[in-house]
Parts: sequence; structure tokens; C-alpha cells
Amino acid sequence: MSASMRLLVRRAIRLSDTNIQISAAARAAARAAARSSSCRCFSDAAEDRSTHFGFETVPETEKAKRVYKVFENVAQRYDIMNDAMSLGIHRVWKDMLLHAMHPQPGVRLLDVAGGTGDISFRFLEYVRSQQERQKRRAARSMQTPSWQDISNNYSTEDEDGPLESRAVVCDINKEMLKVGKQKADSMGISTGLSWVVGDAEELPFDDDQFDIYTIAFGIRNVTHIDQALQEALRVLKPGGRFMCLEFSKVTNPVLARLYDAYSFQMIPVLGEVIAGDWKSYQYLVESIRKFPDQEEFTGMIEDAGFYCVQYRNLTGGVVALHSGFKL
Amino acid sequence: MLFGLAVSDSCACVLAVKTMWQQHLAKPCLRLYQRQCALTSKAVRVHQLHSTSTGFTDRCYDDLYPGHIHTTPIQKALLAVGSGVAALQNPYRHDMVAVLGETTGHLALINLRDRMRNDPEGYAVLTERPRIRLSTLDLSKMASLPDGSFGREYLRFLEDNHVTPDSRADVKFVDNEELAYIMQRYREVHDLLHTLLGMPTNMLGEVAVKWFEAAQTGLPMCALGAVLGPLRLNARRLQSLFTSLGPWALQNGRRSRCILSIFYERRWEQSVEDLRQELNIEPPPITLSATNKKSTKKYE
Repeated sequence: MSASMRLLVRRAIRLSDTNIQISAAARAAARAAARSSSCRCFSDAAEDRSTHFGFETVPETEKAKRVYKVFENVAQRYDIMNDAMSLGIHRVWKDMLLHAMHPQPGVRLLDVAGGTGDISFRFLEYVRSQQERQKRRAARSMQTPSWQDISNNYSTEDEDGPLESRAVVCDINKEMLKVGKQKADSMGISTGLSWVVGDAEELPFDDDQFDIYTIAFGIRNVTHIDQALQEALRVLKPGGRFMCLEFSKVTNPVLARLYDAYSFQMIPVLGEVIAGDWKSYQYLVESIRKFPDQEEFTGMIEDAGFYCVQYRNLTGGVVALHSGFKL
Repeated sequence: MLFGLAVSDSCACVLAVKTMWQQHLAKPCLRLYQRQCALTSKAVRVHQLHSTSTGFTDRCYDDLYPGHIHTTPIQKALLAVGSGVAALQNPYRHDMVAVLGETTGHLALINLRDRMRNDPEGYAVLTERPRIRLSTLDLSKMASLPDGSFGREYLRFLEDNHVTPDSRADVKFVDNEELAYIMQRYREVHDLLHTLLGMPTNMLGEVAVKWFEAAQTGLPMCALGAVLGPLRLNARRLQSLFTSLGPWALQNGRRSRCILSIFYERRWEQSVEDLRQELNIEPPPITLSATNKKSTKKYE
């Protein structure tokens, strides 16, 4: 089947799926009807549907545009702001994602909403250190080779070169990718990395392409999270792993109060002082509150078709690391 | 017996401390504590306002004017500190200077508003709310005015120093619509003040204008700029600042009429000398040239 046909078929399936989801959501709306006034949220036409942009209500078509503008504005100062807001802890979270991933040399990674490339750089670094460790181990065990070993070595030399791991950074925002490319150039990383503009809800890749799919701090900005999850399922190889790092609900009530106070008082101020942009960081802290909690998100991942879905709370629930497999 | 004396002495001491505490410290401490509680509860209430709104209700900010961002007292304090540090580190961050002015200038703005209300022309400014922007100025008409007129000199100032009235940041953090206008007017009048005082936009000219504004308006941001600005001047300019320019700026700032109360938009044809006399401002003691920032200063 040609790619365009596949796209049409996929769209048809998705429409029928959204119809099912509309009815499910209608039941949810009936429960929330006492609070909400805009019952037209769940009409059939897609243009009438509205969603949340932080604590604001916007039409779905507008959310993607506004999110694009937010990240376009913050792209230059994104990394500095991350360090300032999380006091550097975001590096620990990303390192923990890599440790949980434990990639072996030769795997293909798709880093969606990868933007400035933090995960991909760590991935390449990890894989390279793994490769070196393997080489060292092999060299250590081969200290006194027999003549047979040496001749075997010569015969297998050109067969398989070092297993090439590849990372693809995919982001909808060109500014973020630009910043990421500049970082890669300054770090001197040239091989094994590619930068692709793409929408998480409709990835520009074929089926069964990647071993690992990661999305770090990006999925809460997606308008249709379920579509992003289905796309993740599609592009992963059977046996592939889905990993998601995202802000989540803090379980400890004392920590929750402190975290809320810090988020709402401090972070927009930091945004104004460092990046000159209050509203983008106000959106950021509000969008964290609108994202489903750990259990609900686990349910969503399972609904998309992943197996062995688990999550792990980091920093008391401030961040949750979800993982699932395509079997 | 000595022991008994010591005990009674210590009892007396304790009693004295207790009464002192009750009389002088308890009430202020209690008030401080209550205020702290009120602040935190207000912050929590603001946050609750955020967290109780679901995806289906609109954001409950009451934007008093376009560009207004609601801030709690804690946020204002953090902004004041943060913007102060940022402005000190990088004086070219005009937005940080602006934020510092907005978050620290509440009392001074109220004072200015009262002064404007008591002045008939100031009252007219407050009611009609004129804005100085390239879109509202009639540049061709101003260019055709005779030399020495306020409008012509202002245009010359804009050209010589390569500035535009549209580069002023909007007010964001003032929680009163009228005070926000006054803050905005102050920013827009700044360039006109340069023309009135005859000061260019190099460092010395800016510091002189800041001293004038600090004396006039009492805004803490002006005072901070007036104190820290001279740190970046070389010795010769410092000398001229402290001997002639500085005292002139301070004296005139104190005795001149409120510069925000003038309806400048109706006075383009008036001559600069005439306007200075009306406002009670002496002409500058030194003529500073705008073009060569390095040295050429003409002493009169």
C-alpha cells in the first residue's frame, strides 16, 4: 500500500476511534456537567471541541498554535531556565531515564519532543561508554590469545563493525531543533544523530522502525495524548519500549503544598527575570496541573496497546517515569 | 541571703523583660505574624483560584488593562529582588529596569497621582490619557515647526540619539489601572525630559536625568539608578556630575512643577525656553554633545 493510502486508512481508523472516545468522554462530561457550562465541548464537529491551555479553555485547533508560540519564545533560554527552575535536578531525572532504559549498542532511539536534544545526547554518551566497556572487557579477556584465537580474530575482523546506534530527535518546533543542533555542533557530535521536524500525533516515520521511543516533558503539550500514544505504538518495533518522563502528581501532602507554592510563586518570576516571559512559564506550571496523574496515564498507555506498563515516581512524584512494551 | 537576693534580682529581671516584651514588641510581632498569615492565605487563595478552575472554566484573571499580569505580594517581592539583580548585572536589560520600577514604585505612584489630580492640567492628562507614540505624533507637522520650538527640538533629539518613543515596555505588574497609566506616562515623558533638560542619551546625560527624576518623582527605581549610575562614569565625568550637573538636576527636580502634569501634546509649538520657564527649570550649566560619546564637551 502506498504511503498516502496508508495515511487515509489510518485517518479513517482514527476517526472511528475518536467517535468511540467521544461517547466515553460524553459519559465523563455527564459526570462533570454540574461544574462545566460548555456542553458543546463534545459535539460531533471537531472545530467546536475545546481543550485546556493551562487553566484557560481554548479550541483544540488553537492549542497547538499557542504551544508552538510558547516554545518558540522560550527556545533560546530553555536550558538555562530548566536549570534555574529545577535547581539542576532535571539532569538527574534525565540520567535516571537513561539508566532505566539501559540501551545496548546498536539500538535505534526516537526522541519525540526532543527539542534541545538532552535525552539524545545522553543516549549517545551512554551507548558509547557501553561500547568502550565491552571492548575493554573483550581486550582484558583476550590478553593471552592462542594462535587459533588470533587467526579467528583476523577472519572476523571486517564482518560486523562497531554496532552503530542512532538517535532521531523529532520535534514540532523548529526553534527548539535549531538550538539543539547548535548544541550538538558545539559538543562536536556529528554521527549517529538526526533532527526531524514532526508532530507527535502524526509521526513522519514508517511502522516498526525504532527500538526505543522516548518523550521527555513533552507529552503534556500534545493536544491529543491518545493519538500520540498510538503513533508511538505504530513506529516501535515489536519488543520495542515506550518511555515517558513527565511531571505528575505529588503524593506527599506536605511536599505537594511546598511544590505548589514554589511552582506558582517562583517559576513565573524566574521566567520573567531570566527569559523575559512570564506567560509562557505560567502556562508551563498550569499545564502540569492539567495533566492526568500517574494511574490515569498508565491506563491511557495500556489503552493504546502497550503491555507491562509501569511507572516510577521520581522526587516524590514531582516527575513520573512511565514505561511500556509493544509485544 | 545572697542567694535570695540573686533570685529576687533575676525575678525582677524576668518581670522587666516580660513587661518590655508586652509593651513594645508583642504588638508589632503579632501584627507581623498576622500580616504573614494574611499574605500566605492570600497566596493560597490565589493558588486555589487557579487549582479549582477546571479545563472548562475560563482563567479568572481580572485584567485591569491590556498587558496586566496579576501578582501576589510574594511574587512582587521576588520580582523586585530578581529584576534588581538582573538589571545590575546587565544594565541593557530595560525590561528588568521597568519591572523594578513597577514593583517598587507603589507609594511614589500614589503620590504622583495626588499631585497630578491637584493640578488642573495634570487632571486633564489623567482624564484624557494621551499616549506618546509614533502613531499618535504628527511627525511632518512637528518637523515644520521653527527651530527652538519644543516639537522641533524633540524631533531633533530623537534623530540625533537614534531613539524612538515606541521602545518603551508596557506596564505589567501595577495593580491599579490609573497608576499603571501614570507609570506608562512617566516612561513616555522620559524622552521629553531629555529634550527639556538638554541632556543626550549617553551615560552622563542619563544619570543627570535620573537625578532629576529621582528628586521629582521619588520612584525607588530612579533613586537606585541615580545612586548606581555614577559608578560607571570615568573620573572627569564624575567630577562634572558632582560639581555642576548633579546639583543643578537635584535643585531643579525639587522645585520644578510636576513634569507628568504637563499636556505635552498641546505644547509642541511652544518654545523650549518658554516651557522651561513655565516649569521652573533652569537651562543646563554644561552643554553635552550627543554625537561623540567619548569626550567633546563644550563648557560655556
